[in-house]
Amino acid sequence: MAEAWAARSALWQLTLARVREYLREPEALFWAFAFPAILTLGLGIAFRSPGRVPVRVGVEDGPGAGAIVAALEPRAGFTVERLAAGAIETALRDGRVDMVVRPGTPPAYRYDPTRAQSRLARLAVDDALERAAGREDRWTPVEQAAEVPGSRYIDWLVPGLLGLNVMSTGLWSIGFAIVETRNRKLLKRLVATPMRRRDYLAAQILARLAFLVPEAVVFLGFARLAFGVGNQGSYLACGALLFLGGISFAGLGLLIASRARTIEAVSGLLNVVMLPLWLLSGVFFPTSQFPAAMQPIIKVIPLTAFNDALRAVMLDGRSLSALPLEMGILVVWGLVSFGLALQLFRWQ
Amino acid sequence: MPSASAAPPAALRCTGLVKRYGPVVAVDGLDLEVRAGECFGLLGPNGAGKTTTIEILEGLLQPDAGEVEVLGARWADGAGRLRERLGIQLQETRLEEKLTVEETLGLFHAFYRHARPVGDVLRVVGLDAKRTSRVGRLSGGQRQRLAVGCALVGRPELLFLDEPTTGLDPQSRRQLWALLEDFLRDGGTVLLTTHYMEEAETLCHRVAVVDAGRVIALGTPAELVSLLGGDHVIEFALIEPTVTPPDERLRALAGVTGVRRENGAVLLATSAPHLAVPALLAALEPAGARLARLTTHSATLEDVFMALTGRHLRDG
Ligand SMILES: Nc1ncnc2c1ncn2[C@@H]1O[C@H](COP(=O)(O)OP(=O)(O)O)[C@@H](O)[C@H]1O
Ligand SMILES: [Mg+2]
Repeated sequence: MAEAWAARSALWQLTLARVREYLREPEALFWAFAFPAILTLGLGIAFRSPGRVPVRVGVEDGPGAGAIVAALEPRAGFTVERLAAGAIETALRDGRVDMVVRPGTPPAYRYDPTRAQSRLARLAVDDALERAAGREDRWTPVEQAAEVPGSRYIDWLVPGLLGLNVMSTGLWSIGFAIVETRNRKLLKRLVATPMRRRDYLAAQILARLAFLVPEAVVFLGFARLAFGVGNQGSYLACGALLFLGGISFAGLGLLIASRARTIEAVSGLLNVVMLPLWLLSGVFFPTSQFPAAMQPIIKVIPLTAFNDALRAVMLDGRSLSALPLEMGILVVWGLVSFGLALQLFRWQ
Repeated sequence: MPSASAAPPAALRCTGLVKRYGPVVAVDGLDLEVRAGECFGLLGPNGAGKTTTIEILEGLLQPDAGEVEVLGARWADGAGRLRERLGIQLQETRLEEKLTVEETLGLFHAFYRHARPVGDVLRVVGLDAKRTSRVGRLSGGQRQRLAVGCALVGRPELLFLDEPTTGLDPQSRRQLWALLEDFLRDGGTVLLTTHYMEEAETLCHRVAVVDAGRVIALGTPAELVSLLGGDHVIEFALIEPTVTPPDERLRALAGVTGVRRENGAVLLATSAPHLAVPALLAALEPAGARLARLTTHSATLEDVFMALTGRHLRDG
């Protein structure tokens, strides 16, 4: 009885100590809150209305160039630029123009078919030039712009950024704190007491969870105010997912920091681990763009599971009972990382 | 467990300790026994192996060879219960600077089942007024007292202190000594390392002089000093060292029991400086020697260390 109480109070005191240290570190606090907001703002502006980005067309100087410029310029959605023959390659490479038209009958289109914006430009330019050459449209379609909240890119992006943020703050703040404590020989001092080692590691996770709530509230509040990004699902489900994600990434942070002796070493490890997660976990573009052979790997990455689950709740309004796989993946990552960290941890 | 001896129980015992770091032998076959209720000092220069030894005894380092028994238990038999009974201060620990004094003690308090109230510890280590100060704002002496406070909070029977006063000013040092004297008066046992002979002489009942990982002398400070052959040292140097009388003549002087030479000076051990000084002056007179320096002081563990190794403690 007394023992159970003492254990609980050690866990509590360790958590409290970590929370206090973090609160008294203004820079870390600033980045935890400001970084995701700045990132969202930047991306939100960049992707705000992809449909209204004009098609940038280069027209090669020569006979007939004037007619082409005259055909494109009055139409909405084109910016036209005349290019000398020698300037074409650089303009394409630098992305100053999406395609170049060489006048003639038929005209020649020069563009990079692997770039979506270039393919789009080619279709739009061809359409405009054919019309100018006298083609008759069979119909004028009814346009329904998908600008209702919930179906824009920014709506899709925000849950991914939230996932990314939970991961980065978890890994960085735990990684740095552990190495710093190890360098102070404070870990060694702690294991010279009857403190239970798992209490120390668990306290790091609990302290991280304590910060997740304000971090997520600030971030989602910002996304809502700035871009009207809402939540189609329940906030409780969101909170539960954040909790699982927080445990999972905090556990991973402990594992990464379990042996490192210097800040440089732990930074290197963190980058090595985080880079593939950034790229593969569908933060900025859907994971379906990767080849099928990679999908099983991508699916078990904790950030993928976390992002998928957050999007299922926030975009599709799913309940947690629809997400057993994603939640399972997060729990397993958390438990396995924690267990391994406990085994591998260097206390001296 | 049958015990043949009727002597006071050993709080701590180790035999044949060896610890190597690559080619460096940090601890080289070291035996110690610390009795319950005593203050035992490990005295030695930097690099002698004091920290390595004490950390092995604390169960934080694994020895390459040797046996350790702490409060009748072995580290291999389960550290948890043993740690409840020990207080430890490490040489290199820097406590978290962003926590306050009170929060730091509160944290350590939570680890022990029968911990002492934080308020008590604050009073014992004299940090009551600093209760709400951040650790980062404390002076060196205050930090050391806080470190000792963290070691005391679990009501230890045995306290390990690794160079608790190194780098402190004399006043802070004395404050810490007073605190340890209180702990000893209440029946606690202390093992401390130091390279200050004054500290060993003031606090320690017994001292082991350690050099290059071995115990080279063991006893009470008075016993160790008596190894010199006298409890006073007369030190002199001549303007022309070449006319110094030979050692045999000096040793034959009234009251002189030992002769050593160091950097052109001569050190005479004696228990009767009132006889030895006149005898020395009388012996120098006919040789026409002129004194550059003549001093006497009570013999210290520094003199013992010098006599044993030919080096100063501070030299490292
Ligand atoms: N972790 C280590 N790695 C390598 N050498 C070490 C290590 N710790 C101590 N030593 C060496 O062991 C010797 C004894 O060191 P130490 O026990 O710290 O001495 P003291 O505490 O008496 O100053 C020194 O030569 C030191 O350089
Ligand atoms: Mg040392």
